[in-house]
Amino acid sequence: MDIQKALFDYTLRLGDNALILGHRLSEWCGRGPILEQDIAMTNIALDLIGQARSLLQYAGEIEGKGRTEDDLAFLRDITAYRNVLLVEQPNEDFAFTIVRQFFYDNYSFHFYTALLQSTDETLAAIAEKSLKEVRYHLRYSSEWMIRLGDGTEESNQKMQKALNQMWMYNGELLTMNETDRVLLAAGIGVDLEALKPACEAKLAEILAAATLEMPTGTWMQKGGKEGKHSEHLGFILAEMQYLQRAHPGATW
Amino acid sequence: MKNQNWPLWEIFIRSKQGLNHKHVGSLHAADEKMAIENARDVYTRRSEGVSIWVVESKHITASDPSEGEALYEPANDKVYRHPTFYDLPDELKHM
Repeated sequence: MDIQKALFDYTLRLGDNALILGHRLSEWCGRGPILEQDIAMTNIALDLIGQARSLLQYAGEIEGKGRTEDDLAFLRDITAYRNVLLVEQPNEDFAFTIVRQFFYDNYSFHFYTALLQSTDETLAAIAEKSLKEVRYHLRYSSEWMIRLGDGTEESNQKMQKALNQMWMYNGELLTMNETDRVLLAAGIGVDLEALKPACEAKLAEILAAATLEMPTGTWMQKGGKEGKHSEHLGFILAEMQYLQRAHPGATW
Repeated sequence: MKNQNWPLWEIFIRSKQGLNHKHVGSLHAADEKMAIENARDVYTRRSEGVSIWVVESKHITASDPSEGEALYEPANDKVYRHPTFYDLPDELKHM
């Protein structure tokens, strides 16, 4: 795999992670448990979609075939999506949404911090801008992990259930594939293995404060980074891409 | 987790350094920490502020509207209490 191809794949993955999670969160719009959280979640969704725009725009430049951020978001099929499986998992309830968010925020905070050192100036600049938002996201999801885990008996049970069921999607975030190895060697990508101790320490800290038990399963789902997705992504894309597919080139 | 169990908070935002905190509205939150975070999301999304104060609504004591006459009317005929006899320099804002 040459570097340009790897960089395209990598940037797509980062953009797709943000886009799909942002879309998932936007599904809460108008349905939040209370008004204030409805706004909080859509704020985070907008931050993520903003990050996705920067990343997909850059991906289009790297590819050099004239595709725009919109072409990449709305006219790409499911197997060309590179997001991890975690972010396409359904919202289920507030507990699932928070656990999914915390796994992602914990990863992305450490990931973007490391990406600041990238020799690719555009990626380093996107990392710097994103970090300001991600720092708040991590604070938000950590706070809710603790509040609900260490809340009532019922909220604790719901959080533990969500944690146990989402657990197998946490591993893929820090699993290296060929793209990661090529770009790490080139000084562009992040050493995901090296992020594990910090991510695990943060997870342990939050779970302890939340009085939640660390799941023990070691088998992790993966495949999203190579375009092998769960059925859920198909439904997301069907809704997200419908308009551009039915009315190509439609604008506001 | 029911909405009615969460107390109401009054939110004050300082729009920039040097100005006073101003009441902007109220919202529900379980405690002061959550009230600050909710206020950040509800009231500062369009860069409205640089500082947030929250206070639980029950801690606010308000004057009684039916005592308006006794409280406020005596000031109406005392124009000399207004600093209208000074020329304010143009550079002075927010007076």
